Amino acid sequence: MQAQPGASRLIEVAGTQVDLWEGGSGRPVLLLHPGDGFDAGAAYVAELAARHRVIAPSCPGFGRSGNPPAYMRSVDDLSYFYLDLLDALDLRGLVVIGFSFGGWLAAEIAVKSTARMAALCLVDTVGAKFSDPMTRDITDLFSVPLYQHPQWLYHDETLRHPAYKDLPDEAAAILARNHQTFGLFGWAPTLHSRHLHHRLHRIGIPTHIVWGAQDRVVAVDYGRTWQQSIAGAGMTVIDNAGHYPHVEQPGAFIAALERFVGTVAAR
Amino acid sequence: MQSWYFSEQSYAPAWDDPQRPKVTPPGDLVDPEIAHRLLREYIAECKLADELGMNIMTNEHHATVTCMSVSALMTLAVLATHTRRARLLALGVPIMNRMDPYRVAEEAAYVDVLSRGRLELGLIKGSTFELYMSNANPVTANARYWEAHDLIVTALSKRDGPISYESDNYNYRYLNVIPPSYQRPTPPIWMTTLAPQTAREAAQRGYVIAITAVARAARACFPAYREEYQRVHGRPAPLDRLCYLGQVVVARDEKTAHERARKLLRFNEVSERIDPRFINPPGMMPPAENARLLKSGTTTTHRNRTLPDGTPMSDPPTPREQIINHVLFAGTPDQVYGQIKTFYDSVGGFGNLLVQLGGPMTHDEICDSLRLYANDVMPRLQALTRAQEPVAA
Repeated sequence: MQAQPGASRLIEVAGTQVDLWEGGSGRPVLLLHPGDGFDAGAAYVAELAARHRVIAPSCPGFGRSGNPPAYMRSVDDLSYFYLDLLDALDLRGLVVIGFSFGGWLAAEIAVKSTARMAALCLVDTVGAKFSDPMTRDITDLFSVPLYQHPQWLYHDETLRHPAYKDLPDEAAAILARNHQTFGLFGWAPTLHSRHLHHRLHRIGIPTHIVWGAQDRVVAVDYGRTWQQSIAGAGMTVIDNAGHYPHVEQPGAFIAALERFVGTVAAR
Repeated sequence: MQSWYFSEQSYAPAWDDPQRPKVTPPGDLVDPEIAHRLLREYIAECKLADELGMNIMTNEHHATVTCMSVSALMTLAVLATHTRRARLLALGVPIMNRMDPYRVAEEAAYVDVLSRGRLELGLIKGSTFELYMSNANPVTANARYWEAHDLIVTALSKRDGPISYESDNYNYRYLNVIPPSYQRPTPPIWMTTLAPQTAREAAQRGYVIAITAVARAARACFPAYREEYQRVHGRPAPLDRLCYLGQVVVARDEKTAHERARKLLRFNEVSERIDPRFINPPGMMPPAENARLLKSGTTTTHRNRTLPDGTPMSDPPTPREQIINHVLFAGTPDQVYGQIKTFYDSVGGFGNLLVQLGGPMTHDEICDSLRLYANDVMPRLQALTRAQEPVAA
């Protein structure tokens, strides 16, 4: 039997219970999950935990975390909660990796303070609005029934039609609650903060953008605009991958990440 | 019993188009000249209802060819000057979706003053598919509904100058409704519901509840309302606090009535043609229910597709099936009265009937049906409620 790469526990931050997964040892790596929550069973998580100390909190309203308090309605609100969380855990020299919605959150945290961060990696992130008002940058995932989301998230046809009917009830309830909280934070403006793009220049730590070449939620060109908005940022485009390259191409994802982390460590 | 004429002000000529009828249809499905004729006919039908001694109800929907009324209160403002006696019911103003409660209060007060106190104000949540037009967050919709409700009632009631209001949802530096409403402290307030809990909340406030064509909801909500009203107010709920919406088609013979009803029932069929994308935005249903839907790989509507004994209905349902389900009351005046009385008795009575007509029925068919209803059915329904409740308001 293969050893579990990590375990979950509940901690309290600013009065809210947080479901915190932790595994591995070494440089601390903070994972900020996408809109459907954190999947501890994904291959990339085990790969990362074999190399680093991986810390993956579920946002309030996601996973087994408590509900968001009434005042918490935006990713801006959430970012302050995460600054409290980083203080509570006294994490330093973090590599922060944000996936999709988690990339948005990572950027909102980073424009406020990078004091506890060594580097930032944004994977198919949403959260910024670059185009004119008549041009949608980000696919409206709320105009897609939840059971059809995989058709937008994945490039690989075999991943686009999961057997939700076989999902245990508890896992289905968590996914449904995750989606509700995703809506709370992302409904309007659709998956972005109006002024985040004016603040991205404040991110002064090494940053790398990773993108799935066949992403149907946010196109590669949108990722390039993110890259151009953060001074010195690099970018890796991973072929044969949609919105979740870390799931569809874990080997390529880990390789790109390790190259980036290696350059950070060498500084 | 009070009878209220109601038309969705549909644009039925577009119903045969394969385009989806809600949220995403192109505007050029609608010919403005035909729309003009239809809207004038709907206004004329309301004038006729007024002359026949009926009241009038309007509603609103957005981005759909099943309903061209985009503002219940705007339609009533038109009707205020075209009618003399009819009570004018907006059922309702979808304040979960309307982003500006101050504007709702102002428009309500305007209609009330213009009509010299004939407004009845329905403050309803609204259709979930319309959250995609308003962009109001569905996850916080319920809390926002009650906050907007409280704000509108306060704005209409308060007559001694402006208030300020600052919250997460609404911010007003000076909130001051001028002219204030004609009726004091507010026009009578209505709510729609299919859930007993909302019926109880309406009962606490003494509001009218309307059940829209779902018999089992009336059977669940009317007793809940009566029980809560008695508990809070210390007296039985008057019949005029309870309302049912039915599709009511009358003709001199049954065959003609059912032909007309078949046209009207197309409204229900087309109304259900909502793209699955827009039926269930996040947060409208509890996670446990959404988990069930996720596993079944489907979405849902509230429409009933079976007869009371569980037998599946035809597709589309026939007039006879919808009569059995108390969605439709159709036939000769005697038959329609009998059908309504049977349902009335089965739910312990109600004091208001919303009489829905429209869809592809012609203007002449609607006017004929309305005359037969008003002359040969309505007086017997009035006698029915008088007999049950001699002192009903």
